[in-house]
Amino acid sequence: MSKKIKSITNPKLRLEILTPAEVKKIHDATLWIIEKVGVRFPSKRALEIWAAHGAEVDTGKMVVRAKAELIEKALKSCPPVYPLAARDPQQDLPLDGNHVFVGTDGCGVEVIDIRSGVRRTSCLQDVADISRIADATEEVAFHWVPVSAQDMPPETRGLHEIQTIWKNSTKHVQTESIYNEREAQAAIEMAALIVGGKDKLRKRPVLSLMQCSAPPLGHDGGSLEAALVAAEYGLPTGFMTMAANLTTGPATLAGNLAVGNAEVIAGTALIQLAFPGAPVFYAAAQTASDLRSGAYTGGGPEDFLYGAATNVLADFYNIPLSMGSFATGAKEPNWQAGVDNSLSTFMASVVMSDMLLGIGFLHGSRIWSYAEMMMDCEIFSIIHKMMQGIAVDEESLALDTIAAVGPGGNFLSQKHTLKHMRDLFLPQFMDRRPYSEWETKKDDGRDWALAKARKTLETHQPEPLDSQINAEMAKIITSLEKK
Amino acid sequence: MTEELFKKMAQSVLDGDSDAAAALAKQAVESGIDPLEAINNGFVAGVNKVGENFACGDAFLPELVMAGEAMKAAVAALEPEMKKRGTQRKMLGKVVLATVEGDIHEIGKSLVGTMLSASGFEVFDLGVDVPAAKIIAKVQEVDANLVGLSALLTTTMVKQKEVIDELDKLGLRKKVKVMVGGAPVTRDWVQKIEADGTSEDAIGAVGLAKQLVDAA
Repeated sequence: MSKKIKSITNPKLRLEILTPAEVKKIHDATLWIIEKVGVRFPSKRALEIWAAHGAEVDTGKMVVRAKAELIEKALKSCPPVYPLAARDPQQDLPLDGNHVFVGTDGCGVEVIDIRSGVRRTSCLQDVADISRIADATEEVAFHWVPVSAQDMPPETRGLHEIQTIWKNSTKHVQTESIYNEREAQAAIEMAALIVGGKDKLRKRPVLSLMQCSAPPLGHDGGSLEAALVAAEYGLPTGFMTMAANLTTGPATLAGNLAVGNAEVIAGTALIQLAFPGAPVFYAAAQTASDLRSGAYTGGGPEDFLYGAATNVLADFYNIPLSMGSFATGAKEPNWQAGVDNSLSTFMASVVMSDMLLGIGFLHGSRIWSYAEMMMDCEIFSIIHKMMQGIAVDEESLALDTIAAVGPGGNFLSQKHTLKHMRDLFLPQFMDRRPYSEWETKKDDGRDWALAKARKTLETHQPEPLDSQINAEMAKIITSLEKK
Repeated sequence: MTEELFKKMAQSVLDGDSDAAAALAKQAVESGIDPLEAINNGFVAGVNKVGENFACGDAFLPELVMAGEAMKAAVAALEPEMKKRGTQRKMLGKVVLATVEGDIHEIGKSLVGTMLSASGFEVFDLGVDVPAAKIIAKVQEVDANLVGLSALLTTTMVKQKEVIDELDKLGLRKKVKVMVGGAPVTRDWVQKIEADGTSEDAIGAVGLAKQLVDAA
C-alpha cells in the first residue's frame, strides 16, 4: 500500500482577495474589538493568565480587554513553521506555507451506512471504518475525528475516538472533540505512548487539538483549558471561529471577518502568553446564516470568499491555517454538493491554506457519506491539478512534434504524446462514457465512489498499532470512566 | 383617532422599532385605551403582517426577530396598566427554555425564545449551562406546559434525556411536553429519549410548540 500523501505545493495560480491595506484595516478593527469590546474567556485559569499580563479582566462577566501592544507582542512568539507528525514519520506534514493538506471533516452525528445505505446514528465502528479508508486514500493527509462515537461514554468519548483512529491509520490526528482539561491530559498520555515519552511530543506532535470558539466574541471554558494543556506539551493547538453573518456576526463580510479574527487572535495570544513559542494555528469556517431560517448553510459565495480571505489573515500573523472547506449543506451528493465543495476548496487552496477540512459530509457537517468522501477527494485532485497551472517551456510547447504532425494529422502516435499523456487528468468519478452506455446502466459517479470506498474498506489493512501501546491506551481510558 | 394609533402600532412592529412601539404603548395608556385592545388591534396586527411577509418570501429572519422585540417592548410598556385594570393577555402557553448543563451555546435557544414570545407564548429563558434540577424547579414554579432543551454537543445532548427522566420521575410528563433542539439532535435521538418533538429551526419550533399545546 502506498504511503503517499497528495498535497498542493509550488502553486502557479494566485489570487489577491484583500490588499495589504485592507488586511491592516481588519487587523486594526480586530485590535479595537479586543481592547474596547472585549472577548469572553470563561475559565479561571485563562483569566488569571490575562490578569498576570496586565489585561483588564472583568471577573464577573469573564470578559477580557487587552491593549493592542499586549496582543501584538504575544503573537510575535508564534512559530511560523512546524510539522504535524504522523505515527509513520514518512507521513509527517510540514506546515511551511508551501503545502495544502486535506483532512476529513469532523463531529458528524449520522452516517449513511456503507453497506445498507441507511442513515443512522454514528458510532465508534464508523470512526474505525472512515479512518481505515482515509488511511488508504492519498488525498487525505490527516484526520479529524470524523463522526461522534455516540455509543461510548460522554466523559471519555473523545479518547476512544483518537485511539480508534490510531488503530486504523498511521496519519496525523487532529481532534476537534476533546474540550476539557481532563480528557486533554489523558490524550497527551496516549500520544506520548506513540512517540515514547511526553518530552518527545514537542518534536513529534502526533496529535493536534482544534477548539471551537463561541461566537460572537467568546470562548468555551473547557476548550480553553484543553488548549492550554496541549500547548504546555508542545502539541499544536488552534481556535476555530465559525462566526456567521446575521446571527453570530454582522451581516457584512468585513465585520464578520473582524469578529472571528478577534476570537481567534485573542485565543492565540492567550496561548502565547502562557507558553511562548507553543505551536498554534488559525482555524476558521465562517459562513452566512440562512436569511429565512437563520440556519447554518455550509456553502454559498460568502463561504467561498471567507475561504480565501482567512488565509491572508493567517499569513499576516504568520501562523498556519486550518480552514473549513467542502462540508456542503446539500442533503445528498448532488449538484449543490459539487458546486459548494469545488468552489470552497478552490478558493481556500488558491491562497495556500495549510490544512483544509471537510471531506465526506452532507447537510452542513452532520451526515457522513462515503460516496461524498471519495468525490471530495476527486475535487481536491482536480484543484491539485489546476494549481500546477500551465508550464510553458520548450518541451511543453512541443514545436518539433507540431511540425512532425503538420496540418491535418493527429498527435496520437507521437512519442511526445506517449511521454506526456499521463500528465493529463484522468477522473475516477466523472461520466465520460458514450451516451448509450449510460442509458443502459443509469449509474454515475456516486455509485463508483461508493464502490471504491467499499472496496478500500474490504481490502485495506492498515499498519497495526503496537498491541502494548494499544493496551496502555485502553488502560488510560478505562481509568477515566465512571464505575 | 384610535384607529390611527392602532395603525402606527402595527407599523412600529413592522419596522422592528422597539422605541416607537414602547412610546405608542405609553401614548395608548395615557389616552385611556384598553391595553388588551392596543395589543390585539394594534401590535399583533403588525406581528401578523410580518408573519405573512415572511411566509411569502418578502421578509427575512432579522425582520421577524426585530418585530418580536418591538412587540415585547410594547407589552412591557402596557403591563403596569394591565395589572392596574386586573386584565391579562391570553397566552398560548408557558415555556421554560434552557441550554443544558455543560453547554454554553446560546443563539439557537434564544432565537426560539424570541419567536415563541412573539407568537404569544410566555417564555422563561434560563440561559445556558443549566442543570436539570434548576429546569425542573422552574417548570414547577411557573406551572409550565412546555420545556425546550438545547444542546450543540453530542456529549451534552445526553442531558436532555436527564431532564426528561426527571420529569418522568415526578409524574409531570403527561402535563409537560418537551421539545429538544440543536445541531446534533436527530429524529432517532428524539425517539430514543422519548421527547415530544424537535425542529431544525426557530420558525418550525413555533409550529411545534403550538401543536404540542393544542394536543395537551
